[in-house]
Amino acid sequence: MNAPAFNENLHLLNGNHAVAWGVRLAKPDVAPLYPITPQTPILEKLIDFQSKNEFDAELLTPESEHSAMAAAIAASATGARVFTATSSQGLLLMHELLHYASGARTPMVLFNVNRTPGAPWGFWPDQIDSLSQRDTGWIQFYSENPQESLDTVIQAFRISEAANLPVMINHDAFYVSHSIEPVNLPSAEVVDGFLPRIPREFQLGDDSGRSLGAPLDQAGWNLTRQDMDVAMQGVERLTAAAGGDWAKLTGRPAAPLELYRCEDAEVVFVTMGSMCGNAREAVDRLRENGIAAGLLKVRLFRPLPAEALREALAGVPCAIVLDRNYSPGTGGVLHQELKAVLFGIETPPRLHGMLAGVGGVNVPVETIEKLAAEYRNAAPSAQPIWVE
Amino acid sequence: MEKIDYRDEGRFCSGHVACAGCAEAISMRVILNAVGEDTVGVIVPSCTAVILGGYPMSSTKTSFIHGTLESAGAFASGVKRALRAQGRDDTTVLCLAGDGGTYDIGLQSLSSAAERNEDILYICFDNEGYMNTGGQKSSSTPHKAATGSTPLGKPTRKKNMIEILAAHRIPYIATTSPSHLSDMAAKVKKAKSIRGTKVIFVLIPCLPGWGVAENAAVKTARLGVEAGVFPLIEVEGGVKYSLTVDQKTRRIDDYLGEQKRYNHLSDEDRRELQEEVDDTWARLLARAEAGE
Repeated sequence: MNAPAFNENLHLLNGNHAVAWGVRLAKPDVAPLYPITPQTPILEKLIDFQSKNEFDAELLTPESEHSAMAAAIAASATGARVFTATSSQGLLLMHELLHYASGARTPMVLFNVNRTPGAPWGFWPDQIDSLSQRDTGWIQFYSENPQESLDTVIQAFRISEAANLPVMINHDAFYVSHSIEPVNLPSAEVVDGFLPRIPREFQLGDDSGRSLGAPLDQAGWNLTRQDMDVAMQGVERLTAAAGGDWAKLTGRPAAPLELYRCEDAEVVFVTMGSMCGNAREAVDRLRENGIAAGLLKVRLFRPLPAEALREALAGVPCAIVLDRNYSPGTGGVLHQELKAVLFGIETPPRLHGMLAGVGGVNVPVETIEKLAAEYRNAAPSAQPIWVE
Repeated sequence: MEKIDYRDEGRFCSGHVACAGCAEAISMRVILNAVGEDTVGVIVPSCTAVILGGYPMSSTKTSFIHGTLESAGAFASGVKRALRAQGRDDTTVLCLAGDGGTYDIGLQSLSSAAERNEDILYICFDNEGYMNTGGQKSSSTPHKAATGSTPLGKPTRKKNMIEILAAHRIPYIATTSPSHLSDMAAKVKKAKSIRGTKVIFVLIPCLPGWGVAENAAVKTARLGVEAGVFPLIEVEGGVKYSLTVDQKTRRIDDYLGEQKRYNHLSDEDRRELQEEVDDTWARLLARAEAGE
């Protein structure tokens, strides 16, 4: 990432504090929060803001992430703008209610700091916590750096409230959550203009006397998922529109996918989150050494931008997926997803699945460079490859 | 015969799907009526949720969210905070749960809401077991009662939720019974007027689950009160106990005799249960007499 030009709105913030700033600017009404390493600085910063009268949300500190999510759902259903944050075990404890939140079509933004789940205990960057929630009906973003995390929080409220679907934004433990970078803070006026309050079609306690979530028959339940499917299919467009408007206001583009030097590439790395930084550096070095490399960064993972991914990779000779996660019995989750998306297109790339950085191990630029050299002309393996 | 002074505001409607003769329906009518129009409800899986009705029907004109079984306290907290953020702090948040959702799986989120003293009115319809799933024991099931999962009788005593909640020092805890509907309405109105966490337990004899005759639900509940098995009390601030009905006028046998779940008891079992009731009653009386 190029260093931003100095201006008075530029602050040195770690990723979690950048998230807290994004939340402060988005002005949620209710924020149920439960501490967990390495998410806790988000909670602490928001409570710090509130103690200084700089942030005016109803803060709840319940006994678990499960109750935090339950309160978040109920508050959203009652018409509130809602934020919560968690990580790893906390997200997994919420699992039942993640399904509930999307089924109830309650908009909200959840920030998850990607961390290894136990056992054994660890606190390291790994995306399996959120990737294993991919079927819960949540929109999912993966953020590369503190600035992107702040920007995505603000855009996510707009997307969530337009789609009536909850949004989960993820960034990697420590690599992003605790790394300090210069972050441009948008003004309150800019954010207020970007995030108008949209009246809800229905909320608990309105004059209709209607209830939410009551049991219904098979055909009715089926229809709720068809409705959700329609909403999900609109998310890529909403994301592009929100990112486009944000770019006009701030100069920072934010598309569902980012293509970096993919023109005429013979090998394209596909990855998400903090890994994109080293992959981008590796692409530059490979290009300097005569290998036409590129990077495809997946920012919007759910819904998966299937057509855009096909378009980006059709005709590319080789693609190497870098998965900082491991789904036992199959391999990397993004690798699986890409295999499904690319199946049946006329000129698919040779697709290699690399388990790179599982458990938070460092994946240096040199390692990524070597992968291009070693695999760009090789036949893909059906088995996942553990990168040493 | 008690004369009931009651004016129905139509919050609870006919056509609901409670079992014929179930005392929960009349209790819901009285409670929804007492709480009034400016109310948002939370309901978790239970007989009550079924009685409230499947989509698109509803047996109440009050808006409810059907939350998850273990989360009643947390859902109610979220509704309350959202209303407060919108300047509607006077709207009552009414939470309805069964004993499974209160004593067992919902204990954690209820304890948390009580610890924060969230401004909610929580009603537990206590039918002493998982009756909506066909009658299994919960931690509210009393000593020696037979259920689907304790066919020979439950070997341990009913969890004392009153004392657990009193230890949270919430402003108001009460018990009431469909045999005492004026008391029920009065306690609900009193609770509604208090800020903070209020919890009211309503004894609901389950016709199929307890083996009670279709015309005997209210009678059974009354016998439970009169025998001192289910004392009608109030606890204010977690410390000030008072008995609404301060006389124990029957032996437990009258209460047990109405219910097939106690058919297997020996004389020795009955004596043991009577001793437990006497002991609990004496402790309660001592607390009430102590004032604080």
